[in-house]
Amino acid sequence: MLHGFLPALLEGTLTTLSVALASLAIAVVLGLVGAAAKLSPIPFVRGVAMAYTTIVRGVPDLVLMLLIFFGGQIAVNAMAAKLGFEGYVDIDPYVAGVATIGFIFGAYLTETFRGALISIHAGQREAGLAFGMSRAQVFRRITLPQMIRFAIPGFTNNWLVLVKSTAIVSVIGLTDMMHSAGMAAGTTREPFTFYLAAGVIYLVITSVSMLGLGALERRVSVGLRRAV
Amino acid sequence: MNLDAIIEALPSYVSGVGVTLQLLVVALLLGLVIALPLGVARASDKPWLSKPVWAYTYVIRGTPMLVQLFLIYYGLAQFEFVRESALWPLFSQAWFCAVLTFTLNTAGYTAEIIAGAIRATPYGEVEAARSLGMPRWKVLTRILLPSAMRRALPAYSNEVIFMLHGTSLASVVTVIDLTGAAREMNSRSYLPFEAFLTAAVFYLAMTFSLVAMFHFAEKRWLGHLAPRKSAPLIATSVPI
Repeated sequence: MLHGFLPALLEGTLTTLSVALASLAIAVVLGLVGAAAKLSPIPFVRGVAMAYTTIVRGVPDLVLMLLIFFGGQIAVNAMAAKLGFEGYVDIDPYVAGVATIGFIFGAYLTETFRGALISIHAGQREAGLAFGMSRAQVFRRITLPQMIRFAIPGFTNNWLVLVKSTAIVSVIGLTDMMHSAGMAAGTTREPFTFYLAAGVIYLVITSVSMLGLGALERRVSVGLRRAV
Repeated sequence: MNLDAIIEALPSYVSGVGVTLQLLVVALLLGLVIALPLGVARASDKPWLSKPVWAYTYVIRGTPMLVQLFLIYYGLAQFEFVRESALWPLFSQAWFCAVLTFTLNTAGYTAEIIAGAIRATPYGEVEAARSLGMPRWKVLTRILLPSAMRRALPAYSNEVIFMLHGTSLASVVTVIDLTGAAREMNSRSYLPFEAFLTAAVFYLAMTFSLVAMFHFAEKRWLGHLAPRKSAPLIATSVPI
């Protein structure tokens, strides 16, 4: 089946998954920082967060990725030259891809986390403080568990879009699943077969994600009474 | 920043904007035409109507648009009957394949948006129409769709912006759209910051214009559902 290209395709799948998970880690950190910044009392911090989410969500991911990949190359080399480093620094497409996708989805998760934070009633936090808990304890015991519950639907959505966005890292030369499929398609002259296989693998990843995150949502909403 | 290089390349950016808008408008219009019946079928309570549409939107929404584009642009050439058919002059064109992909893609997403808006129709509206003796078709065209289309506006505006960004994929299959113009400038002069930042500014301008247009449309057609402007609180805030 697949003219012996299945192992190569699965290897590409691992790269795709690794890009997706690594960018997710960056995106979650940026999203938490961004959400905190958006709710900050300092106008300048709010302004920076606002600019970040607006600009990133207004430009195609492909353009941002090409900018970071090609532009980052020049910036890094200019910096290296200033530091007295001789020779040429190459930006790894993996690093550029992960950095770009993490940076983009950090902006989307900022909105998700911000929404989750503001749906928690301020009285709950005040009650925690009134009981003598420290701010860290209030965050860990009261804010965080509820924030996770409110954030899961938006998080699921963003993760699915993120997984699909990883397909474009092949454009900057990363040997991900799309790249493997393209190589196999070129060798066998059966592009439909291999892009279809890539599509099926993506469908499996998104389906498993939906099932898993759906189960998680039911788990963290156990204590929730629903009107309907 | 090499401003002279940007100014010199500006005409190709402007024609790139034209191609991007062309891809966007054609795909959105055709996609909407397909999505309307699909959305109605998806919201139907008859499984033989809703299940096939569910399968279609599931596949479209579960796979990257780049895979869909490659399947159509590179993939279809694998089959001899496609290469020998009368439609081959169309399918061998990158522009046509891009528009076709974007159309099928946006149709899937939009069908779900429309179905969701139909399901959210207050049941009383339908009951009232039925009690006035309207047949099902009239209920659909007079009551369900007009009210669902309004409610679909906010979600649809997101889809339109996603689609605008999605059209940048056309540059991967050799279409010189806005992203294509930037890639061309980068490979010619190797000025990546100038090339891609210029494209980003154009995309931002288009995104903001679309947001403004939808904001206006929502005000016009969705105004009756907007939260009421807060009435002066002075009288009510006095403790009794």
